[in-house]
Amino acid sequence: MKKLMTGNEAFAYGAYLAGVRVGAAYPGTPSSEILANYAKYPGVFAEWSPNEKVSLDVAIGASYAGTRAMSTMKHVGLNVAADSLFYAVYTGLKAGLVIVCADDPNMHSSQNEQDNRNYAKFAKCPMIEPSDSEEAKQFVGLALDMSEQFDTPVIVRSVTRLSHSSTPVEVTDQEPPPPPEELPAYERNAQQFVMVPANARRRHPVVEERLKQLAEFADSTPINYIEPGDSKLGIVSAGVSYHYAREVFPDATFLKLGMVYPLPEKLIRKFADQVETIVVVEELDPFLEEHLKLMGLEVRGKDIFPILGEFSPSLVRSCAVEAGLIEAPEAPPEIKSSLDRPMRPPMLCPGCGHRALFHVLREAGVVVTGDIGCYTLAFAPPLSAMHTTGCMGASIGVAHGIDKAGVKDDVVAVLGDSTFLHSGVHPIIDVLYNQGSSTTIISDNNATAMTGFQEHPGTGKTIQGRETKVVDPEKLVRGIGYEKVDICDPYDIDKMEEILQDHLKSEEPSVIIARHPCVLSTREKHTPPEVDPEICINCGICLDIACSPLVQEEDHVRIDTLLCNGCGLCVKVCPQEAIIEK
Amino acid sequence: MKNIDFLMAGVGGQGTILASNILAEVGLQLGYDVKKAEVHGMAQRGGQVDSHIRWGEKGYSPLVEENNADYMIGFEMLEAARFPHFLKAHSLALVNDYRINPPLVNLGKATYPSKKEIETLILERADKVLWIEGTGIAKNLGNPAMVGVVMLGALSTLIGGDREAWLDVVGRMVPQKFVELNK
Repeated sequence: MKKLMTGNEAFAYGAYLAGVRVGAAYPGTPSSEILANYAKYPGVFAEWSPNEKVSLDVAIGASYAGTRAMSTMKHVGLNVAADSLFYAVYTGLKAGLVIVCADDPNMHSSQNEQDNRNYAKFAKCPMIEPSDSEEAKQFVGLALDMSEQFDTPVIVRSVTRLSHSSTPVEVTDQEPPPPPEELPAYERNAQQFVMVPANARRRHPVVEERLKQLAEFADSTPINYIEPGDSKLGIVSAGVSYHYAREVFPDATFLKLGMVYPLPEKLIRKFADQVETIVVVEELDPFLEEHLKLMGLEVRGKDIFPILGEFSPSLVRSCAVEAGLIEAPEAPPEIKSSLDRPMRPPMLCPGCGHRALFHVLREAGVVVTGDIGCYTLAFAPPLSAMHTTGCMGASIGVAHGIDKAGVKDDVVAVLGDSTFLHSGVHPIIDVLYNQGSSTTIISDNNATAMTGFQEHPGTGKTIQGRETKVVDPEKLVRGIGYEKVDICDPYDIDKMEEILQDHLKSEEPSVIIARHPCVLSTREKHTPPEVDPEICINCGICLDIACSPLVQEEDHVRIDTLLCNGCGLCVKVCPQEAIIEK
Repeated sequence: MKNIDFLMAGVGGQGTILASNILAEVGLQLGYDVKKAEVHGMAQRGGQVDSHIRWGEKGYSPLVEENNADYMIGFEMLEAARFPHFLKAHSLALVNDYRINPPLVNLGKATYPSKKEIETLILERADKVLWIEGTGIAKNLGNPAMVGVVMLGALSTLIGGDREAWLDVVGRMVPQKFVELNK
């Protein structure tokens, strides 16, 4: 039977069928739904780890213990987990270990568009790349088999268009292999698993030899294959780009690569002998193209297709036409009228606690070093209250650096609760240890809201719905040694302002926990307030809080009651007292 | 088997993703190879949501190619106005007669185009724009969030296919308490 599944659902299904019994991840678009779906299968252990490095270490440990394991993450998550990836490639494993990692060409929801195929080469770790959901399901199982055959972790690469697209998947009655009836003893082998230099030196040649064997495997695996066609044009492609290329070059000869590292050199040469011109169709970096060029082949690729952004059939076709590879298709008439269509950038939701906090920060005129989460949206006008954002956990260290360099301005770091537990704990130790004076604000909404309200160590629940200990950020920072710690609901804007000023004046490093639960998560809603058109002077001050239900009409402001959450922040900021609570 | 490409456009929270899931599922029931693509992530924060759904004998790309869509289903007028270049000649647009102001319009810094302007733009490609009181009908049925099913209902009468297949899929995919409303 066929069922429509997103790539992420199919990765989870494939992992379940292949007998993965431990799965760990930190959520990150476009990868989050892999573990969320996997966690629902019977007989598996799944966890939201505090960050990607922890998730990979957990999966490595499970594999050392003889259990098939999986760690999933978005592309930048592998930066966090890279240290663990590199050692696991050296140590090898006991049971299959698969890392499913999703790139985000076009940065739909990311800070960069790094091409993680480079990690495969860098870490000397094999990588395979499915092109649709059926392959996503199959490749997870294949990765685990490869992992066990070659004693190495295997990365399965996804991209946004695979993770979030749906295509039919064959579902079977097949059950995963049962767990062992008795717990196995842990096999102790320090020479393989303790990477002190003497052991690591013995392991490096094993890694190099393994890569040679994997290259031979690449030449024989059925996931790399030639699709015969016209010999004039040979297309090399992998992943979702293969499907775009298939639409655009229906008659060409294709080399479809399921394995992108190491590459099948014999198969590539066989393909090259069959075609007159070789064109590589790949998103982001010229990863395949460079390899083919190093093999001495004449290849076209990035001279035709862009290195930036995401591909689409339209883009591949227009580039191919421009390069003279195909004729321009018959097109419908050009659209002549031009219409100004204002964009619809994402905004903080009506009722969001972050808005109240950033209103106070903007009014105080402080420099805000920011972080990754919904609250990053506060950088945009009219809130305009965030001045740096780089990666998860960067806010605190950056604020400390600015503090040590010395500027006239007051500087605060702002990050969310989930981000704080992901990578904010070490930098907050640094501020204390190295005698900083900066203030860190944890904007605590009790959720990993940006990626879909996943649980985290501060919420008291696991991914599989079990009640658990709550990691309280207040106790944590007091335990580290912070003495100046305050908690405030940012909706109490006068108190928030007072606490902020007190912390800014203080020379002591300090923490403010601005706590207001995510309204999307709690579904809290109140009666919308009303604008008295007689009192409203249309000054527009309320509009500066960037709340979408506030609409500026010709002579007064109106509240769209369908969108309004009734939080009352606009009531508090109106200097005319023209917005009246109901 | 004729290939049919659909493009859906709306604003986060309007139910565009559920509607595109239903449309993809109906295609599968009718025996097509189905592909569907969408980007979500920021959608719940009032951003744009667009979904590509393709029914065909054998599909490759999950994304619809520009100049090739047979139908555009706009859940919101301005969102519909962003995608006419995806439509082929002699295509059809179904647009919910409903306006959600982007923040810049609310702030008085941009103008929302008129319904007439939007229609003129879409008609450069489409043969017809069918304006549907989707949100109004859904409200009358008791739930404004069901606009997606109203739009699909209108679409189903145009494409045809087995009425039971549509009802069956809606029955399976929409929360039970809304199913009766949807019939």
